[in-house]
Amino acid sequence: MKFYDVTDLAFRNLRESFFRNSLTTIGISVGVASLVAMLSLGIGLQQLASRRLEKSGLFDTVVATSRRDLCNFREQREEGPPPAESPALDEPARRKIEQIPGVVEAYPDIRFVTDVRFDGKPHLTMVAGVPFSAKNNNDAFEGVQGSFFSSEGAPEVILQKSFAEELLGITPKQGADNTNVADLAKALLGKELTMRYAERTTTPSSPPGQSAGGSAGQSAGESPGAAYSVVSHEQTLKIVGLTDLDPDSMRGAARARVFLPLALVQNLHIMPSSLRDTSASEAPGYTSLSVRVANPNQVPAVEDAIKKMGFGAFSLVDASRSMRQFFAVLDGFLAIFGSLALAVASIGIVNTLVMAILERRREIGIMKAIGASDADVRGLFFAEAGAMGLVGGAAGVTLGWAIGRLINFGTNIYLERQHFPPVQIWSVPPWLVLGAIAFSIAVSLLSGLYPAARAARLDPVQALRYE
Amino acid sequence: MEISGPSSLAVRTENVCRHYQMGEALVRAVDGISIDIRAGEFVALLGASGSGKSSLLNLVAGLDRPTSGTVIVHGNNLAALSREQLAKYRLHTVGMVFQSFNLIPSMSLLENVELPMRFAEIDRRERSGLARESLERVGLSGRLSHRPMELSGGEQQRASLARALINRPKLLLADEPTGNLDSRTGTEIMDLIRSFNRSLSMTVLMVTHEQVLAEKYAGRMLHLADGKLIEDVPGRAHNGDVSSRASESMASESMQLPSPRGEAS
Repeated sequence: MKFYDVTDLAFRNLRESFFRNSLTTIGISVGVASLVAMLSLGIGLQQLASRRLEKSGLFDTVVATSRRDLCNFREQREEGPPPAESPALDEPARRKIEQIPGVVEAYPDIRFVTDVRFDGKPHLTMVAGVPFSAKNNNDAFEGVQGSFFSSEGAPEVILQKSFAEELLGITPKQGADNTNVADLAKALLGKELTMRYAERTTTPSSPPGQSAGGSAGQSAGESPGAAYSVVSHEQTLKIVGLTDLDPDSMRGAARARVFLPLALVQNLHIMPSSLRDTSASEAPGYTSLSVRVANPNQVPAVEDAIKKMGFGAFSLVDASRSMRQFFAVLDGFLAIFGSLALAVASIGIVNTLVMAILERRREIGIMKAIGASDADVRGLFFAEAGAMGLVGGAAGVTLGWAIGRLINFGTNIYLERQHFPPVQIWSVPPWLVLGAIAFSIAVSLLSGLYPAARAARLDPVQALRYE
Repeated sequence: MEISGPSSLAVRTENVCRHYQMGEALVRAVDGISIDIRAGEFVALLGASGSGKSSLLNLVAGLDRPTSGTVIVHGNNLAALSREQLAKYRLHTVGMVFQSFNLIPSMSLLENVELPMRFAEIDRRERSGLARESLERVGLSGRLSHRPMELSGGEQQRASLARALINRPKLLLADEPTGNLDSRTGTEIMDLIRSFNRSLSMTVLMVTHEQVLAEKYAGRMLHLADGKLIEDVPGRAHNGDVSSRASESMASESMQLPSPRGEAS
C-alpha cells in the first residue's frame, strides 16, 4: 500500500472508534505533557541560572592583572616573563586588550575604602566604579529602585541595600528579609551624600580644590619633590538608585556597597587604597582590569591572549562547565520522571490496538481475502499507532507548554509577593517541541509493534468466520 | 478449437487434502480431491453443510493452504507461494464474493470497491473512476456514498461483486452468493455472475447448496460429501461453448442428480 493510503485508512479507523482512541490519545498527550513540562522547567531554570551567572560576570569575565605585583599571585607564576620584564597595565595596555577578538570591553577595577557622609554622620565603606555598560549586562541593576546613572560621568551614586539601611539607621532583623527596598528608596532617592577622597595629582604644582562637586578642597599631603601629591577632596553625589542584589558579587571578600560611575571615578584620580601603589614612582597603571568577553566559550582564548601579552589572567570558566554538567544531570532526571507517564501511556496504546484487533478481526479477514498482504495489515496498525503518537504528541506539547506557563505564572505571583523581580523559569525551545513529538511517535510505534505483528499473522479463514 | 493443454486450464487440484485437528479428532475437511476446471467454465460446488465445499473454495482462493496435494491456478502452484505472493495472487488473480457480502461497514460503497485498488497501489486519481464504472456495471451508480448497512442485501451483494471484479481477476470464487437473499434477488445476482462469466469469459467457481440454482446457471456441478468428490455432472447451462469444454469425466448429461441432503449453512 502507498503511504498516503496507509495513513488515510489509519486515520479513518481512528475516527471510527473515536471515543476509545481519543482516550488513548489523551493518555499519550498527558505523558508527553509531563515530559515537556518537566524539561521546559529544567531548561528554563538552566537558562535562568546561566543568565544570572553570566550577568554576574562569573563566566564571561577575565580578570587581567599586572605581573609586576606577582607576589600576590603566586599560583600563576609558572608562565610568562618574569615580573620585572612584564609590561605595565596602563591605558595603552587596556586598549590593546580591548582589541583581542571576542572582547567586548576592558575596564579598570577601581575600588577604594573611604568616608561617606550622610546627614552629618560619617560611614566608612568600600566604593567601586561601575562601567556604564553595566546598565544592561549586570542584572543587579536590572531590578534597581530608582534609576541607573544618567550619564557616564554623572556625579551620582547607587547604594547597596544594606548600606542604605545603615544610612537610615535601620538594623535588619535577623533571618527576616522583609525590608522593602521601595521604602528605603522613598527615603533616600534624590538626596545627596558627600564622599571624601584623596586625589593623586601627578604635577606637584597643581592647585588643589578643583573637585567636580564644588566642595571645599583642603590640601592634605603635598610632598614637594615627589612625582605626585595627594590632595584631600570632597565630592557631593546624588543618590539615584538602590539595588537589592549585590552587583559586585564575583569580586569576593572586598565587597563594595557604594557604586559610582566608572568615568567619574577615573576623572577624580582617586588614590588607590592599596599601599604598594602609593609607593610606586612610575606613571599610574591599573591594579587589575575586568575584561568582558562576548561569549563564555571564548574565555579560554582571551585568557591565553592576555597571558601572551605578559599579564596575569584568570577566569572561572571551569565553574561554568560544572554548572552545565549539573543541569545536564538535572534535565536527565526530569526527563526520566516525565517519561514515566509516557511509558504508562504506551501500555494504553498496546491495549487499544489489541482490542482493535479483536474488534476488527473480521475486517482484517476481509482485507486479506480481497488481497491485503501481511505487510499491508501490519502497516495499517502501525500507522494507527503512529498517528495516535503524532496527535497525542502535538496535544501533549501544547498541554505541557501550558502547564509550564502556569507554573511559571504561579512562581512569579509568589515572587512578587516576596518583592522579587519576576523570572522566567520555564522555556520551550523548538528542539523540545519537535523532539517531544518525535519521541511520542517513536514510543507509539514501538507500542504498535506487537499488535501490528499480531494483526498481520491473523489467519484469514478464521478471521472471516468470526462474527 | 478446444485445446486441453495447461494453458486453458484455470484450476487443477491434485489429490488435495485439508485436515485439521479439532481437540482429539482429526477433521478431514477436504480429503483427496482432484479436479480440473477449464478457463471460462461456470462450476458449482454442491454439498451438504460440512461436506468440504467451502474449505475447497478457500484452498483455491489462496486463503488456506492444503495439508497435502497441490492446487494449481493458472500455472501457479499455490502451495509453493510465499505469504506475500499468496496475497498478490488473491489481489490480482481471484475475486471473491461471500454469503454475508463482507463489505466493510465503516466505508461507503465507493470506498469498499476502491479498497482492493489501494492494496494494488493504483493511483488514487484513477481509482475513483474505475470504482464508479464497476459500480455502474452492477447497477449501483446512484448508491456510491451509501454505507453497506443502508442498502438491501441484493445491493450489498452487487457492490461486493463490483469489488471482486475491480482488479480484473481471471477467476471468480463465490461462497453461497445467494444464501442471504430472497429468490428473486438471488436470481438477479446469478444473472449478473453469468453475464460476467460470458462477457469477460471469467471462470466461476461457486459454492452453493441450492440444487436448482446450480442446475440453472452452472455448466458443471461437482458434488462433495465428507471432503470427497462424489459426482461430477454437467448442469443445464452446458449448452454453448462454455459447457462444450466440460471435462471428459462428465459421463451422462441426462443423469438424474441426487438432491442435496438437508439444509446447508
